[in-house]
Amino acid sequence: MSAFWRRVCIFFVALIPFAFLVYKTLANQLGADPAKAIVLYTGEWAIYFLFITLAVTPLRRFITFNKIHFRWLQTHRRMLGLFTLFYAILHMLAFLVFILGLDFSRFGKELVERPYILVTIPAVLLLIALGVTSTQAMMRRLGKNWIRLHKCIYLIAILAWLHVFMQVRSSYFDAVLFGIILVVLLLPRLYLAVRK
Amino acid sequence: MLIKHSGDIPSSEITPEAIYNSRRDFMRGAMSVAALGVGSFAAPGLMAAPTNIGDIEVKGPDWLKQQIASANANKEKVTEALTPYEHITGYNNFYEYGYDKTDPAAKAHVLKPHPWTVEIAGEIARPGTFALEDLLKGITLEERVYRLRCVEAWSMVVPWVGFSLADLIKRVEPTSKAKYVAFTTLERPSEMPGQKSSFSTIDWPYREGLRMDEAMHPLTILAVGLYGKVLPNQNGAPLRLVVPWKYGFKYIKSIVKIEFTEKQPKTTWSMIAPDEYGFYANVNPQVSHPRWSQAEERRLPSGLLRPNIVPTQLFNGYAEQVAHLYKDMDLRKFY
Repeated sequence: MSAFWRRVCIFFVALIPFAFLVYKTLANQLGADPAKAIVLYTGEWAIYFLFITLAVTPLRRFITFNKIHFRWLQTHRRMLGLFTLFYAILHMLAFLVFILGLDFSRFGKELVERPYILVTIPAVLLLIALGVTSTQAMMRRLGKNWIRLHKCIYLIAILAWLHVFMQVRSSYFDAVLFGIILVVLLLPRLYLAVRK
Repeated sequence: MLIKHSGDIPSSEITPEAIYNSRRDFMRGAMSVAALGVGSFAAPGLMAAPTNIGDIEVKGPDWLKQQIASANANKEKVTEALTPYEHITGYNNFYEYGYDKTDPAAKAHVLKPHPWTVEIAGEIARPGTFALEDLLKGITLEERVYRLRCVEAWSMVVPWVGFSLADLIKRVEPTSKAKYVAFTTLERPSEMPGQKSSFSTIDWPYREGLRMDEAMHPLTILAVGLYGKVLPNQNGAPLRLVVPWKYGFKYIKSIVKIEFTEKQPKTTWSMIAPDEYGFYANVNPQVSHPRWSQAEERRLPSGLLRPNIVPTQLFNGYAEQVAHLYKDMDLRKFY
């Protein structure tokens, strides 16, 4: 399959969770509290796409059997990253619109009183910055600084995990699972950095 | 004692009375057919039946079904729309079955709530272990339509069927040392899969408690039914506490033990996160919670395009009846 068709495929596959959400919303299948259901769902998918994006490098560098390799994934990492941004923005908008009812005075209060919401602000701002600078032209313009800037994805991932961990209530399951995945994704980078 | 409903309810919350009454009449009509079979159990004047969801079948022993069917209807005028049965029974927290709000409805059918016994112990003259049937003997059940406010900032309006906890307390004759009442939920991992999870923060069994005057308050009930039917497993069958001016986590479910104590008992959520959940847990829009603003609530079902966000009321709108219990207390300190 050519890179173009792979790109088209990945684009539409990445939209499936969104399409499913739209379907469930229109079919009135989100249960008694659709606001909360949408916020949770979009937040989970933002994290899943963050994991997928972060998985590209380790897959490419460490997984090769005979003819099976993941080098081709590198071309599509930008789109995966942009889908992380897409679901993160949906998550934030859903919170603002459906939970706070677009009451920005309440939003200010939420930030002051609730650290688990506060930690998402730098994460979202950085994610937007990475999205804006993800074009070829920006890469050329920023040169070496582009790589430095885009290393922020590690900070974003840690903040996202912190956002989950700080909300642990009746079960550690999600926080532990996400933490293990994150460690598995970040350790190979540490290994590569040390080996240099 | 007359229980008054207080607080102004915004017009947006109110179901037009004509519609409400017509629905009730329809339900009563459907109910009266069923009631014919049990008429001999109902004393004169007690024929008014509770709100009923029609032909939905909830499992339970016949004696309990009959007792619930002959319950007195809710005495006070209810102006707020009831939350539909499917949402009350399909969307709730009951961590014994899992930590997702759909887990209780999906997994609670495994529980066998009959036969059931409740141990009543502590500072009382008549301790013992009682079969549910004996606990309910001679008790006339009644419907109570209450607002339920969850600490997670959502709320429902629920037609419980139950009886005043005070009636039970008087029968076991508390001593002067009985200052608090401690409740314990069933611990049975074979039927409650959530209790098997190694990731749970909860130290089973679930525990809750009330001060004696709270427990004796006429608004406080033990519920055995919902919408005129046997209480479903996922809602805490066969016996649960309902304290309408407190957050929902105080409404301990599937109770197996009631103990009267001199000291304030430990309660599950305040053991897990004492800075978030206090012993009192009175609904209070002025006292913010570290996770959720308590100023407002989503009255479920809440639509997306027409979100049903309503201001939260002090003591969940029952301030007129209960505020005196806390008159010299700093509610910010004793949250």
